Amino acid sequence: MEIKLTETPPLTMEWRKKKGSKPTGERIIEALIKIAGVSSILLIGAILFFIVKESYPFLMGAFDFKEFFFSTEWYPASVVKIRYGILALLCGTVMVTVLSMLIAVPLGLACAFYISEFCGPRLREIYKILIEFLAAIPSVVWGFIAIMMINPAIIKLFNVPIGLNILNASIILALMSLPLIISVGEDALRAVPETYREAAEALGATKWEIATKVLLPAAKNGLMAASLLGVGRALGETMAVLMATGHSIQIPQSIFEPGRTLTATIAAELGESPKGGEHYQALFAIGLVLFCLSFIVNLTADLLIRGKRQ
Amino acid sequence: MIRIIICLFFLFSMGCSQNQNVLIIQNKGSDTLVNLAQAWAEDYKNVNPQVALAVSGGGSGTGIAALINGTVDIANSSRAIKEEERVEARKNTGHDVKEFIVGMDALAVFVHPSNPLQGLTIEEVACIYGEGGTCTHWHDIRGVKVPGCKDNKIIRVSRQSNSGTYQYFRESILGKKRDLKLGSMDLNGSRESIDLVEKTPCAIGYSGMGYLNPRVRALCIKKDPQSNCIHPTVETAMNKSYPISRELYMYTSGYPSERVKAYLDWTQSERAQEITIKAGYVPAPKGQYGN
Repeated sequence: MEIKLTETPPLTMEWRKKKGSKPTGERIIEALIKIAGVSSILLIGAILFFIVKESYPFLMGAFDFKEFFFSTEWYPASVVKIRYGILALLCGTVMVTVLSMLIAVPLGLACAFYISEFCGPRLREIYKILIEFLAAIPSVVWGFIAIMMINPAIIKLFNVPIGLNILNASIILALMSLPLIISVGEDALRAVPETYREAAEALGATKWEIATKVLLPAAKNGLMAASLLGVGRALGETMAVLMATGHSIQIPQSIFEPGRTLTATIAAELGESPKGGEHYQALFAIGLVLFCLSFIVNLTADLLIRGKRQ
Repeated sequence: MIRIIICLFFLFSMGCSQNQNVLIIQNKGSDTLVNLAQAWAEDYKNVNPQVALAVSGGGSGTGIAALINGTVDIANSSRAIKEEERVEARKNTGHDVKEFIVGMDALAVFVHPSNPLQGLTIEEVACIYGEGGTCTHWHDIRGVKVPGCKDNKIIRVSRQSNSGTYQYFRESILGKKRDLKLGSMDLNGSRESIDLVEKTPCAIGYSGMGYLNPRVRALCIKKDPQSNCIHPTVETAMNKSYPISRELYMYTSGYPSERVKAYLDWTQSERAQEITIKAGYVPAPKGQYGN
């Protein structure tokens, strides 16, 4: 599928070179697009700068690398000894994200396949509307669903003492990231040229074979992107996990134990910590950790996709 | 279509800015106090239509932080302002913070209705919640067995560590030199605490008395094993026989303006105190309000 550019040089470019100038309208548009492109980079830079600036005094002062990353004791308002250890929060974030993706990615991709390949056009429209509706539910509402419905259900079903736990949060997060995974996944499948399907059908492939042997490899990058967007959603979600995890500082020994995530800690505590205080700065340090985490996820994703391409 | 939306938008924004000569008092802070502050604000419209109160919650710390930054007229707080906050406020706004005790609240400790436990001593509460406390299962407390609770394990429901309710609870149960045990469920609101305990047989939680509902059972509290077991009610909070009751504060930056002062004074009127009781809180004892 490689287009050889060298054989047919674009005529317009040549023409422009000869003429030496572009129409003013086009120039303005080009400039605008350039500004838009640069601004997104600037924005990321500004966010990073802001987080670093706010957390800098903490990182230079009370920050103790060993305690921060390897202690589970998060005691920002202790009357005995103030301690900032985020190990338990890190574990919570990782566990919730991984488990929710174990639920959401297979479900979401299967749903994308169904909507794009297996169901009729009428049904597809209905499904799409419903899924978009799912995306419109505010996260606090998800949190209440977690407390009022899923919590008692888990207690009864699994006979455990508490239903606000890693499992609960993962279910909620999976439901929240499903719309994203499904829409992006479906777009990726739709983007596979119709000729692929026609060719496969001409060879006598069944629908299942087309889906698994033709579409899956062809739309692989798009599907991967869909899943990773889901990971990003799960990693960054705040209110719902705050309520669903139980918001309890401990390393969960199983999926039935409550935990706490980095994002939820920031959300719960930032509002009540005086601006510029040590606790406030420590929360920004957590923000920095989250920033790095999502950067690493995106980078690995990018490298993976690029590696597959070559 | 777009035209209709624009029209609607303008109509809507007109509705919002109808009474431009109404003075708005910004009132923010404690989630414990927010229900009461809203009930007061609602009624104060009838008393003085020239003044409208914009009440929002967020927590005692949020309110005081806003007062320090000068973005509110009145900060609600369920804990007394700290000395360093006073200093910072003076530095930022140039005014001393003025304190008004507008009411009282009893901190209720509650359990799921299926829990047979009737009351706890302060010491037992400390054993459940305090760092180093050994009460991890319900049978550690006089052999209580909770039906529907797997392993009889105590699920501690608490609040985020910088909420006024949390800090008051810690201080009144454990004193000033001990922390609460980690591993509790630190919810971010009294409502959520009640909702969770209501749905969880193993759970125990605490919140302001105003939030209690019949679907959880408030325990009576004994100051020490010999004293009577006291239920949290308006009377017991007012005469201080209930061991975990506290003052509720409103703070202003400097001496309040006439209109703000008029509102604050009104909160101590008989009518406002009726609202206080109706909302589940306790009127401030006479002569403690401030000036």
